[in-house]
Amino acid sequence: MQIRYFAWLKDHTGCSQETMALPQEVSTIAQLISYLEQKGAGYQRAFQNRDVVRVARNQEFAALDDTIEDSDEIGFFPPVTGG
Amino acid sequence: MCDISITVGPDDVSLDAEIKQMSEAETGAIATFTGIVRDSGGELISLTLEHYPGMTEKKLHQIADQACQYWPLNAIRITHRVGRLLPSDMIVFVAASSAHREAALKAVHFIMDYLKTEAPFWKAEETSAGTHWVDARESDDKAKEKWQA
Repeated sequence: MQIRYFAWLKDHTGCSQETMALPQEVSTIAQLISYLEQKGAGYQRAFQNRDVVRVARNQEFAALDDTIEDSDEIGFFPPVTGG
Repeated sequence: MCDISITVGPDDVSLDAEIKQMSEAETGAIATFTGIVRDSGGELISLTLEHYPGMTEKKLHQIADQACQYWPLNAIRITHRVGRLLPSDMIVFVAASSAHREAALKAVHFIMDYLKTEAPFWKAEETSAGTHWVDARESDDKAKEKWQA
């Protein structure tokens, strides 16, 4: 799967995108976040306040309990501030 | 049939040219909104816009589609700039054309309220103190809610 990070989430994780195989124990977005948090302090900071983290699955807004597949593109970002 | 045009990129737009392109026989009204980079305290050096390529265009198209379902529109044009912008630069341009003014005016208002809360753009402000990401505003969520009543 492909994971993309934007704005300050990207600053914390230190990368704008990464590709990885969906871990066996991960079936929801919330579980994916818990898995990513194990990758280090930057990831923990990025996901520290989950209330302000927005998620897209295949470029559509998604919820933390949505299920995911290995072929998915998951995007993590803060509330939007365009316009 | 509503003609939708979405542009996300670094380039400025010519408002004259946009409006001329939308002026056709069945059109009696073109409403537009132009958003400008504001420097409220005289401290802003630049504003850098990041976006989610692919999702941004998709989301803007969905918002425009929705407006076309609600009002009898002939065309919608949305241009949003990304990259580094300076105070007084144009940041967003939205236009809607219709036979009569009410549909065009409402559509532009609706599109802006949804763009503000659903289109994946993020602003980073550069001042002499450094660069920081701009926080989302609750008032923008409230502005969108009025269309859902």
